[in-house]
Amino acid sequence: MSCGCLIAMILRCALVLTVALAAPAHSSELSGLPGEPRELAEGVWLFEGKREHFSRDNGGNIVNTGFIVTDAGVVVFDAGPSLRYGRAQRESIRRVTGQDVVRVYISHAHPDHFLGSGAYDDVPVLALPTTAATIRDEGEALTANLYLLIGGAMAGTRPQVPRTLDVEETELDIGGRHLRLLALDGHSDGDLALFDLRSGTLFAGDLVFFERAATTPNADIERWLAALANLDELPYKTLVPGHGPAVLGDEAIAQTRDYLGWLRQTLTDAAERGLEMNEVMRAALPEQFRRLAVFQAEWARSVSHLYPAIELRTLPVR
Amino acid sequence: MLTRLLCLAALVSALASFAVVADESADPLRSPLWSGMKARFFDADARVVFDERVRVTMPADAEDSLNVPVEVSAEGFTHIERMVVFADLNPIPKILEFEPGSARPWLAFRFKVEQATPVRAAVLDGDGTWHVGGAWISAAGGGCTMPSVAAGSPLWQERIGEVAARLWPREDGSSRLRFRVIHPMDTGLAAGIPVFYLEDLAVVGDDGSMLARLALYEPVSENPVISMDLPGNGPVRLQGRDTQGNAVSAQVAP
Repeated sequence: MSCGCLIAMILRCALVLTVALAAPAHSSELSGLPGEPRELAEGVWLFEGKREHFSRDNGGNIVNTGFIVTDAGVVVFDAGPSLRYGRAQRESIRRVTGQDVVRVYISHAHPDHFLGSGAYDDVPVLALPTTAATIRDEGEALTANLYLLIGGAMAGTRPQVPRTLDVEETELDIGGRHLRLLALDGHSDGDLALFDLRSGTLFAGDLVFFERAATTPNADIERWLAALANLDELPYKTLVPGHGPAVLGDEAIAQTRDYLGWLRQTLTDAAERGLEMNEVMRAALPEQFRRLAVFQAEWARSVSHLYPAIELRTLPVR
Repeated sequence: MLTRLLCLAALVSALASFAVVADESADPLRSPLWSGMKARFFDADARVVFDERVRVTMPADAEDSLNVPVEVSAEGFTHIERMVVFADLNPIPKILEFEPGSARPWLAFRFKVEQATPVRAAVLDGDGTWHVGGAWISAAGGGCTMPSVAAGSPLWQERIGEVAARLWPREDGSSRLRFRVIHPMDTGLAAGIPVFYLEDLAVVGDDGSMLARLALYEPVSENPVISMDLPGNGPVRLQGRDTQGNAVSAQVAP
């Protein structure tokens, strides 16, 4: 045996040993916890989720949540996908700020955004009326479905119906911090955005996606585009999308707007040509969007969500 | 040597997968219910083969278990008597039968899925042999045992049987037909709602000749949307009825 071979063998043994030692430590790590929060501006923090689909590996940590520190305690924007996430989020906030949470806003009724609210049963959890109604009516089904997708990270998670926030647009003063709430819709039938006037930070919820394809299970694209126009008028300095990195400019709103416009046009053109859904799913797709995270899967899902209504417009009643 | 053996094995398995496989134990979809399906849908002495020319195309996951889009095609046969589409693990496996007649052996529709299942198309050729192809769909479930949307609303009764349709003439002289019929397609599996579905639909040419025929069953989605490719590009008539004898009739001009 040559010397080179021997060295290669030793290296391989070392590698196997390293993997063997590392594996148990990795598998005992809890999945689905938020990472370390990052301070975007004075007193404004972000827990950034992975740009992935739900999986057992990520345990549902695919969503952005955030919080704003005030003199009267901490305001949380979205509680994450599970009880485990919500508890870790609250613990992290206590550790970083030395304060507890006094209020939680839920952006909309998608499970990655509201199911962590079980960690806040002693704090007001608030959402738009449509959001509260959807969680009341479909919360169990949404929870069961997420169990199927992420498994053990959901342990103990139950849907909690938030209190209703009955506003069109409201400015609040919480502990010396001016916050503006915007009641919009389009991504779902109730989408709440939160704007911190002092820092100019806009938490846009899932009205904005960046570098990650938008999801459309309850989307109304016309209303969504109108909501984006609304957000774009705010004098924000930093924008936090529901999924994807925070940005300083308008590129996240622009990307979401371009994507939705393209989606609408492409599906309308396909319906006008008489294509059926599987044919549409196979269509060649532009590079501009193919580079977005999880684009291929979201494209197929969006065809399922949006095509039935669009194709009907091409079928006149006989 | 080992590499050469592996190459040979790969070659053999590649050849096998292209060939028609007559052995039923070699169900390419490895369904636990294949032998039951075989007994249910084919005569005991029928010749049944797996055939890659019969293709079932669906997304990998059922995003909406009430509306799984399925595309079936069987190109390369000289004659097709009829085609049966079924889902092994659905509580009601049989989805539809299609007699393509003079239409292209291609059909697209949507169906209700209850759980992950193979979806198969079986094509009966002119010699009495069934050619079977299929694919798996993964699903969280609930499609067949959920009440139809219509069952909770009185509105559908005014519009039942209403047809929305269009013909797209193609450059090769054929036409794409797409239509939607308003119907609850109740499976009878949701509590308190009896079985009620559109069961017969024929596409008839301007001269009265039968172009293609469909027999639908409970798993077809509510308000069925169906696509097919017809010879010629003249007007056609859709006619059919549901399990309570309500008639469907509509003229579709390009």
